Amino acid sequence: MATHALEAVDLVKTYPAGRKKPPLRALDGLTVSVPEGVVLGLLGPNGAGKSTTVKILTTLSRADSGTARVAGYDVVREQDRVRRAIGYVPQKSSSDPMATGLENLVLSGRIFGLSRQDATGRATELLERFGLAEHGGRAVKTYSGGMQRKLDVALGLVHQPRVLFLDEPTTGLDPEARADLWNEVLRLSGQEGLTVLLTTHYLEEADRLAGQLAIVDHGKIVAEGTPESLKSALRGDSVQVELVDPDTDGSVRVLLRQLPGVGEIVVEGNTLRARVDRGATAVPAVLGVLEDKAIPVVAVTVSRPSLDDVYLQHTGRSFRVAEEAA
Amino acid sequence: MSVAHTGLVFGRWTRASYRQPALIAFTLIQPAIWLLLFGQLFQGVVRIPGFGDSSYIAFLTPGIVMMTALMTSGWSGTAFIQDMERGVMDRLLASPVSRGGLMAGQLLSNASTTLIQTILVFAIGFAAGARYDGGAGGYLITIVASMLIGTAFGSLSNAVALLTRQQEALIGISQFVSLPLTFMSSIMIDPAVAPHWVNVAARYNPVDWATIAARQSLAASPDWSSVWRHSAYLLAFTLIVGWLSTRAFRTYQRSV
Repeated sequence: MATHALEAVDLVKTYPAGRKKPPLRALDGLTVSVPEGVVLGLLGPNGAGKSTTVKILTTLSRADSGTARVAGYDVVREQDRVRRAIGYVPQKSSSDPMATGLENLVLSGRIFGLSRQDATGRATELLERFGLAEHGGRAVKTYSGGMQRKLDVALGLVHQPRVLFLDEPTTGLDPEARADLWNEVLRLSGQEGLTVLLTTHYLEEADRLAGQLAIVDHGKIVAEGTPESLKSALRGDSVQVELVDPDTDGSVRVLLRQLPGVGEIVVEGNTLRARVDRGATAVPAVLGVLEDKAIPVVAVTVSRPSLDDVYLQHTGRSFRVAEEAA
Repeated sequence: MSVAHTGLVFGRWTRASYRQPALIAFTLIQPAIWLLLFGQLFQGVVRIPGFGDSSYIAFLTPGIVMMTALMTSGWSGTAFIQDMERGVMDRLLASPVSRGGLMAGQLLSNASTTLIQTILVFAIGFAAGARYDGGAGGYLITIVASMLIGTAFGSLSNAVALLTRQQEALIGISQFVSLPLTFMSSIMIDPAVAPHWVNVAARYNPVDWATIAARQSLAASPDWSSVWRHSAYLLAFTLIVGWLSTRAFRTYQRSV
């Protein structure tokens, strides 16, 4: 089979207009590929098209145009083979709350054709691995959010898939449960060579888990690479200037732009964010020119490039602003 | 449709219903109340000239059997809605589970509830004095007809659930449909004393087909051609709506 566990080419998906809703172009020519054994993080704000991509790749939904292969099979023509080769952990909890953890896992295993005995064995193994062994006999509705999410991931693994889809695996979890789940995902990719496609709108999560990143904006991939290569492709540092009053006439922006070594500047409310060649020399210059013009400043900070800067660079807006707009 | 998947899905829903004792109590008490309430309320109708039966409770019992099957099945789709509100439906539809099995397993579980309700309604009817000359065959046909009603309207409810994806819409539509179906039939009133237009409407009402088949087969000298004809209509209707509702999975998938 191909060296890519997953390949999507030029996916387009438009949702028809609904009541009080214009038609929505969720995917606008999205192309992405994931090498075998890699965790790919699909990073973008809500509404960028991450879940739609996952739904098409898992055969749940169908693209208007474009093609995709998962584990070597076409997602439209070889639906059944794709379904046998993948595990899908949807954004919302996917366990039956009335059934116990064990029953959920056994039922899923048997749907994939395992015998009762094999399914029970596999379910017990997964419960142990996810630290749920002592809760396996309890109804899922009594589980905490973190426990339910672990069970969801276990449900995606019962049949030992080749490709695992995790749609926003830690949204809504507390920090402890999130860290716990991160360790599980890292272990999956590290020890078992599983290919994982993970969607997230947490920069930190993408940075921690993903070996490869694809940044999605308005239904397209706008940047791709390892988190490190994406960050180092950004020259220099980032300087943030928080003003007391917003720079309504753009005069502060013009002032800063004229300083040597200052690159592009983005304004968000009272904050100006500038790309600079060297933070250490830029900060005194910035402070100096602001003091000359008696412009009141709350704070000036300098930082190494973060994924947020990568996002900003490729989409023209910071992640937080994109999230709020969504 | 995979038999193995049907069995697995049936097991899931049946286990879930045993775990909701309050729901079980409700589904059993409700038909009992209807039978006793309507039995009291309308007991005088047997004195209207032309009314075929002399015991209203004996006349009403098979009708309440069908009404119960209809009303309970209207709720069937709420199980699918809950699965859609969580990620369960999406996970299942991205798995190789048979769509037919997903539908049939849930409907079989629903039909087993109908079976228990039917037996209970007969038991209460019997305690209230309803007696039938038809023998075991009549009871059996009534039970099968009630399960077909449960399955047919259960699959319609599931289809509405898949298409609307909203609890409120499902319940609204289900109420809107089931009350007219109940009253435009011979469930409570002998067609001989009902207005002509009700009889015309009843001719196209699957709930009435089931009621006729049941009442005839329980009678001392059944009109078997009428029993089989109405049973055949009912079976055909159930198969058609069952097939259509399984198609609704595709419509759902197109919209996610």
